[in-house]
Amino acid sequence: MSMSQNLERKLREAFAPQELTIQDDSARHEGHAGARPGGETHYRVRIVSDRFVGLSRVERQRAVYAVLGAEFEAGLHALQMQTLTPEEAK
Amino acid sequence: MTDNPVFDRIRQDITENDVVVFMKGTPVFPQCGFSAVVVQVMSHLGVKFKGINVLEDPGLRQGIKDFSNWPTIPQLYVKGEFVGGCDIIREMYQSGELTDLLSTRGIEVRPAA
Repeated sequence: MSMSQNLERKLREAFAPQELTIQDDSARHEGHAGARPGGETHYRVRIVSDRFVGLSRVERQRAVYAVLGAEFEAGLHALQMQTLTPEEAK
Repeated sequence: MTDNPVFDRIRQDITENDVVVFMKGTPVFPQCGFSAVVVQVMSHLGVKFKGINVLEDPGLRQGIKDFSNWPTIPQLYVKGEFVGGCDIIREMYQSGELTDLLSTRGIEVRPAA
């Protein structure tokens, strides 16, 4: 399973998002620290979920990081995140 | 966790300095685009900060991630409190929340004209 598919599966399971977009930015970071030949290192995600209601920015991103521990160990290096509640995404 | 000697060093850094950025590279030569964004934001706000280059110390590079419970660099601390990484700092800067937070904590902010 590719990193993108893994991210999608884990994020859907954890946050039941109303909206989820995952973009692979690895090519833009080629040659930078953390990049590697196969790519799959740098991603950008936008998650709209009611699970974020009442959580601070730090708490939301920590929650995302918490479900992706295995992916970080497997080479995921950077994750740009937009974590919004349905209300904020309107 | 608590007996990690790196944690003592981190505690000292964030206690002795009001604003600390754990980053890759230095404020003058950031070695990562995300670290560079945080440096730019702080410069725009005219905030004095201490940049700590985690690339110089593998123990610190992992240690700060464990200390903050945050798996990526950069990381901003204000008055000993973890504020966030690149995305959060950028969002808070754009919304004005970062200026508010710094001012509330007694940090001098002099936005560039």
